[in-house]
Order: sequence, then structure tokens, then C-alpha cells
Amino acid sequence: MRRSVSIAGLAAALVLGTLGFGAGQESYVASAQEKMSTMEVKIDNFSFGPVTLTVPVGTTVTWINRDDIPHTVVSTDDSKTFKSKVLDTDEKFSFTFSKAGTYPYFCSIHPKMTGKVIVQ
Amino acid sequence: MSEKKKDELLHDHNYDGVDRRGFLKCMAWAGTGAFCVIKGGVLNSYSLSRVSEISAADMMGELSFVQISDSHMGFNKPANPDVAGTLKAAVDKINALSSAPEFMLHTGDISHLSKPEEFDTVDQILKSATPKDVFYVPGEHDVLNDDGKQFLERYGKGSKGAGWYSFEKKGVHFIGLVNVMNLKAGGLGTLGHDQLEWLEDDVKHLKHSTPIVVFGHIPLWSVYPEWGWGTDDSAQALAYLKKFGSVTVLNGHIHQTMQKVEGNVTFHTAASTAFPQPAPGKADSPGPMKVPAEQLKSVLGITDVNYVQGKHALAVVDSSLA
Repeated sequence: MRRSVSIAGLAAALVLGTLGFGAGQESYVASAQEKMSTMEVKIDNFSFGPVTLTVPVGTTVTWINRDDIPHTVVSTDDSKTFKSKVLDTDEKFSFTFSKAGTYPYFCSIHPKMTGKVIVQ
Repeated sequence: MSEKKKDELLHDHNYDGVDRRGFLKCMAWAGTGAFCVIKGGVLNSYSLSRVSEISAADMMGELSFVQISDSHMGFNKPANPDVAGTLKAAVDKINALSSAPEFMLHTGDISHLSKPEEFDTVDQILKSATPKDVFYVPGEHDVLNDDGKQFLERYGKGSKGAGWYSFEKKGVHFIGLVNVMNLKAGGLGTLGHDQLEWLEDDVKHLKHSTPIVVFGHIPLWSVYPEWGWGTDDSAQALAYLKKFGSVTVLNGHIHQTMQKVEGNVTFHTAASTAFPQPAPGKADSPGPMKVPAEQLKSVLGITDVNYVQGKHALAVVDSSLA
């Protein structure tokens, strides 16, 4: 009795599992997309890494300062799209890019430090 | 060492009998604590450890002041977790100078993060220095969140624009410049049109024999553009000062002493009282240079400047905190 139940249960699980796997596959991809929609730029040694970051529309980019000196992240396009406060070591700044385009930026304290986010 | 290099930079356009070669040789020793005074056109140098044996008359020029720089109050990482302590050591060094300086110049980066308590702490520590008057120009760390409003409120009384101004002491004309505002991406320090116009006007009617001292945070000469160590429009400023027989430019920002002589202009950068930075190109980036704790004070310092009436060049002497 139990065995048949368990077999049925197993079969049901398999069926459900298959169905679930199908649906799960979609959600797997979705969560992978979610994972990709946050990208990180590391600030260290007076430079942004990577210098140029290409991301899909809707991505949130997080800059994190690993340097032992404070830095800022300030966009240099005409509309001054984003501007962080001063980031001391280990502080972060995030911005979500909802429009395609090229977004150059720099550190306003050390203007030689420049970077670019390309949103496609 | 770099003595040969310093000799190569010599130009003696002044014909004033000042022994520039000897003067610059002395500068090369200054890091170990030499004190040089030009008096009657003759260079005299003394080891700082023997300074107490020199008579006051021999020591004194007619004007004596001190430059400190880059106190970065609020910085707390290697190589210096105690920048308040090293600033206090700098004040002790200043107070021990036998020829008491009349005033101090602070060439910026007073604070590390433009925080009010950081400025307060520096003010507090400098209160115990013998020279009571301090003249400030901002560093990029002093104008972080508010376009320099706080700096102006605290230190910019009587100044123009972002905080530039001039004043006279014993016939020497001092000019404080601001080159850390409105920095452009990929760029160096910048003075800007308004400040340059003001400068041209400020010096227009001065006699050519007036000694000029310019002080500003970022070097006004191209020390190392790759690291932003230069000012993109300083050539214009220097053009307005071309007519003067003696121009001394005092800067900070690079956290090490460096000197260059070009015609009538002597450029000089001061050490920091907080932390050293690497020599140009000697590291990946110009960030704080870590040194063993016992060496820290030897790479921090103050600059003592003396002027003798009638003689063109000012005697600029660096001494470390060790």
C-alpha cells in the first residue's frame, strides 16, 4: 500500500517535477537575468574597474570604493545623470540605467579618474 | 643624488649676487634638516641641530613664516592612523623654531572628508601654535559636498569667488589661489577665467621689485600630469607675474617636497603633516604611501620661509617631523 503510494507519489513528483522544471527553467533564466541586472564597478588604486562597462537597459550598477582614499562617481554628460556623495573606503553608490546610451563619468576629486557605462 | 639635476635648473637672471647654486645645494640638504638664510646676498647654511647656537640677528631675515599642508584631518589608515598627533608634532616643530614665524600658510586638504568636526580639530590644534594668524587655501578634500561653501564660511572672509585673495606683509605681496574647483574629467587643477582676471588686476600696479609669494593647493607647474599633478591654466597666471624680480610659488597636494627654479620663479611643494605619497611614477597610483611606523615622521614635515628686505630670493627650508 505504502509502496504504491510512494511510487504514485514518485510518479506525481516526476510529472510535477517535469512541469515544474519547465516552469522552473523559465524562472531559472529570469533569476539569472536578475543576477545580471546588478553589475559592479570596483574603485581601487585611483581607477575604475572595469573602465568601460557595457550593460543591458534596466541594469543597476554599483560602484564600491576599495581604495584607501575617498572618491566620487559623477557623470559628465550634459544632463548630469548621476552624482554620488563622497565615498570613503567600502562605501557604495548605485544607479539604475533605464535608458540606453553612453554615460561617461569621472571622480570629481581626482579628475584624471574616468570611466564609462554603455547601456544597450 | 639629485643635486646635479638641481644645478641644471639654474638660471641667474637677477644679477643680484645671490649664490643660487649654493642656495639650491642647500635645498638638497634641507630634507635632513638644514636651515639656510640669505643675508646680504650671501648664503649661510646651518644644520638644524645647531640652530640654537646661531645668533638671532644671523638667523632672522626680515619676514619669517611657515607653510604647512595636507593635514587631512579624518584620515585614519596606514601609514598614519593618528593624523591629529602628527599635526600636533608639526606645531611643536613650529613652536621650536628660534626665529618665531609671524604667520602660517596652510596650502589645503585641511580636512579629509570636508566634515565640520575635521575642520574644528585642525583649528583647535593650530591654536597652540605660536603664530596666531593662519591663511588658508582649499584642497580638493575641503570642498567635497557643498561646492566649498563651508570652507568659505570658515576661512574665506574677505576673499573673492571660491576663496582667492591677496595681502601684504613687510612689503611682500602674498596671493592665495584656488585651483581645486570645477575640475574637469581627465584634467588637472584649474584656476578659471574669473580668478585669472582678478589676478591680472591684483598685480597690475605693483612695482616690479615687489617680492611675490603665490600659494595654492595643486602645484602650479607640471610635476606629473598623469597623476593630475599640475594646473591646466597656470601658464596664464605666471604670465601676469613675469615682470616681477622674485616670485615664490608654494603648493601642496603631492605630499612630498619638490622644488623647481625657472627664471625668477621658484616653485616649491611642501610635505604633508598626515601621510606621504610616492614619487612621480614610482607606484601605480598617487595614494597614501605606507612606510614603517618608525619612519613616518621623517617623511612628514613643515616649511619655514625667510625673507630679507632688498634681497630677491626667499629662503625656503623644509624640515621633517623626525
